[in-house]
This record gives sequence, structure tokens and C-alpha cells, in this order.
Amino acid sequence: MGILDKEFNESNIVITRFEDLMNWARLSSLWQMTFGLACCAIEMMATSASHYDFDRFGVIPRPSPRQADIIIISGTVTLKMALRIKRLYEQMPEPKYIISMGSCANCGGPYWNHGYHVLKGVDRIIPVDVYVPGCPPRPEALLEGLLKLQEKIRNQSLVKKAV
Amino acid sequence: MAELKTDHIVLNMGPQHPSTHGVLRLEVVLDGEVVVDVIPHIGYLHRCFEKHAEAMTYPQVIPYTDRMDYLSSMYNNFGYVEAVERLMNIEVPERVKYIRVIMGEFQRIANHLVAIGTFGIDIGAFTPFLYCFRDRERILDLFEMTCGARLLYNYMWIGGLSHDLPPDFIPKAKEFLKDFKKSIKELNDLLSFNKIFIERTANIGILLPDTAINYGCSGPVLRGSGVKWDLRKNDPYSIYDRFDWEVVVGKGEMGTVGDCWDRYMVRVKEMEQSCRIIEQALDQIPDGDVTSAIPKRVKPPVGEIYFRVESPKGELGYHIISDGSPNPFRVKVRAPSFVNLQILPIISRGYLVADIVANLGSLDIVLGEIDR
Repeated sequence: MGILDKEFNESNIVITRFEDLMNWARLSSLWQMTFGLACCAIEMMATSASHYDFDRFGVIPRPSPRQADIIIISGTVTLKMALRIKRLYEQMPEPKYIISMGSCANCGGPYWNHGYHVLKGVDRIIPVDVYVPGCPPRPEALLEGLLKLQEKIRNQSLVKKAV
Repeated sequence: MAELKTDHIVLNMGPQHPSTHGVLRLEVVLDGEVVVDVIPHIGYLHRCFEKHAEAMTYPQVIPYTDRMDYLSSMYNNFGYVEAVERLMNIEVPERVKYIRVIMGEFQRIANHLVAIGTFGIDIGAFTPFLYCFRDRERILDLFEMTCGARLLYNYMWIGGLSHDLPPDFIPKAKEFLKDFKKSIKELNDLLSFNKIFIERTANIGILLPDTAINYGCSGPVLRGSGVKWDLRKNDPYSIYDRFDWEVVVGKGEMGTVGDCWDRYMVRVKEMEQSCRIIEQALDQIPDGDVTSAIPKRVKPPVGEIYFRVESPKGELGYHIISDGSPNPFRVKVRAPSFVNLQILPIISRGYLVADIVANLGSLDIVLGEIDR
């Protein structure tokens, strides 16, 4: 399906669907917002650093939400922070994707029971595309989450289907 | 001509900002480019540690101590379990004491590597970050082969440890220490004595020793100002009095004593001292069972204790009050980052707005510990 699957011989014309081309372009350069919340942010940093190298999947950290394609919610979302996360998400241009990293962002994690101050899952305020479980998830798990997101983008349709 | 009317402007830094090391919001009052005042707003990562400690049993609190200062989890475990052991009068086996010191010092190196790497990013040098994380990954590998976790370990238990060292831990640790000396030299060539780095950090954010003591600073922030105060030396706990090492203080080699460069250099030299401690501990480590002293039921007698350790960030204190039940009545934490952060307005006033980032990076704060 992807345009790079078939090798070029002599001809330099590729025939593909516009949708595939767009999806391929989108999934190959997902710029990530530099935004860490808690413990998982350290594993996110480790994923971007030497051993795991997020860069090879086209993920480059951008400091501003206006230039970002994905936001990785990496850590505990407190009620005080939840409003700011919502605003950051709203500032991002379309198309935008969210990876919820770690138990805290998925459902409240270890703070689920007694955390009077913790949002029990970031999906209560913003739509999540991929959930990565773990406390904290290993860098490999985050990479797997990113691959899942790329798979999702590869299959998305630009045309609204009739209901 | 009528005099121009000027006014201060207020700039908000954070909670989403690449250089605030988490979710800290700084309200910066500026006069042109000169900083008039900095007001830190905290609480964006409040995770109610004390509330959880009330509801959990003593061993169940250990994972929550992991998540306070998540860059030095081992040391948070260390302080908490030692405090509870003193409350219960448990004497742990010799091997446990040695392993705790080895793990604690490895954690100190790992913490300082992150501090140095992110400080480099704040100043504008990206490459040292990659070098630091390369070495940190090797320490995390050592932790992982011991207890299975990379970041949050829950390794030290009350009265012992969750696992003994695996057989190939000691050779691998020695190999790491051998290579790490080269890495420190590499780091010094790359960052410490880099002209641009020195320009950005020397004579910036000078913290006078008196001010540092009055504000209760501790750890590398205090020692950077030339005050020789390290709890491992001044109030020895565990077995730190058995090793031969030195307390590193800032000497003002590149500028004034107590500037950002001194605080940075204290961290670099502390890593060398940690290596010395680990080398001696690896040679002296005795055999034994690490789980023999773990009590079946943890139920300390009525009483209270304040116990402090020198965590990589400074003085980490646990005040535990026991009412004789399996749950602690209260666990109050004296977090070093929280106390060190209050010095930020003092050292930033009068400097340029770009220097706030250098000052904040040199304090090495972790928001999980500040808000708890």
C-alpha cells in the first residue's frame, strides 16, 4: 500500500492514491510537543535520547503546540493541570494525535483510589488515540505505541463516509 | 520633551515550557530585559503523597516514595526504609547495607547525569545530553538486571531488599566504573570547559554562602556556594563512615564562588566521588542473605522519628509518626527540591531573562518532589 514498498527500476513515476500519499507523509514526520508531566516524561526523554532514538521514526520534539502533530501525555494529570492540557491541545493545528503514556494518564494509575486531586484518565478531557500501559512504560513500549499510531494514520480516510 | 512612561511587564513561563523541568510556572516580572522578580507557582503535579501514606501500610508507601523524586528513586526508598527500621529497631544484615550504598551511589550518578544533560540543553548544548543518557542507560541496565525495573524500583524493603545482586552484577559494575572515568573526561572536554558554556554560566546566579544557609538550601546547591556540608560526612548514616572520599565544594574557578558553573561542577566532581565509594563498597561487600531481617508484620511501636539522608538533590528528610497501627499516622517529607527552589528569585534578580533558564537548570529541581 505504501509507495515505498515497490522498488524503483527505471521509471520514476509512482501511481498511488492521494489518500495513501497524504497518510504516508503524515505518519512519517510526527512532530511531538516537548511536554513532560511526571515520571513517564523521563522515559520519554530516554526514548528520544541515544539508545532508543525517537528520531528514526520522524519524531522530533517541538517546543510550541502550534508546530506539533502529536502530544504525549506522559504522567499524572492533576485537576489543576487538566485545564492547561486542554488548552494546549486546542492550540495544536489539525490533524493532531494523542498518545496517553502510562497508567496515570490512562486511568489515574496508583493515584486512582485516594488521589483527590488527580484526573482519572486524560481521556475525560481530550480524545486519546493510543494508550500505552505501564508505570512507567519502557521506551520500547512507547515505540510500540507510536507504531500503532502510525498504523492508525495509515488507515485513516480523508473522505467522510456516508453514515 | 516629556519623560517616557515605563512599566514592568509580566511574562509567564510555563507550565508548558521546555526549560522548566516539568510543570512549573514562573511569573517573571521584567524591566526591559532585566529580571525584577520571579515568582514560582507550584502545585501542577500535586499527587497527595501524605494522603496516600495515611491510607497505606508501611511497605505499601515505598512505591509512592519512588514516585516523588523519580530521578533518584533508589535514594527515596533508602531514606524511607532506614527511617522505618530505626523506628522499629531493626538491624539489617551487612550485605544489605553495602548493596544499599552501592545502589544509592549509582542512583546519584544517574541523577547527576540527567541534571547535567538537561542543564546543557537549557544553555543550548544538545550533544552532551545524548552522551549523558548513553552512560545513564548503562546504570539503568544494572538496576534492571537486579530488580527488573528501569526507573521506579521498589527495591529496598523494610529490613532488607527485594532481590539479591545477580552473579554478574559486580563485574559489570566494575566495567562501567572503568569506562565512566573516560566519559567524565569526555564530558569535561565537551561541556565543562567549553568557552560558550562558561560565558553562559560563570558569574551568573551567584548564591552567597550566608544566603544559602539562611534559606535552608542543601545538596549541590549549598556545596556550590563553598559550604562543606554533606550529611554522608557530617551526620553519617548507614555505613558511609567506612569509605574514603571527599566532600566537593565550589571554588569559583571560572568566576565567583556560588555561580551556576560552580553548582554544575560540584555535580561533575560528585560523580567521581560516588565512583570511589562504589569501588570500595564492591571490594568489601560480604556474603549473606538479603531477606533474613524482613519482618512478617510491619507494625512499629507508638512514637515518631525524623530521619534525613543526603539524596542527590540535597537533604531528604522523613518525619514519620506512628500510632501503633499498621498504617503510618503521618509521613511528612522534607523535600530538597522544594527548599532549593525558593532561592530562585534571590539569585535571578538583576540578571537577564535568559539567565533564569541557567539558574533554574543549575538548581536541578524535580517537580514530583516539590509538589509531592
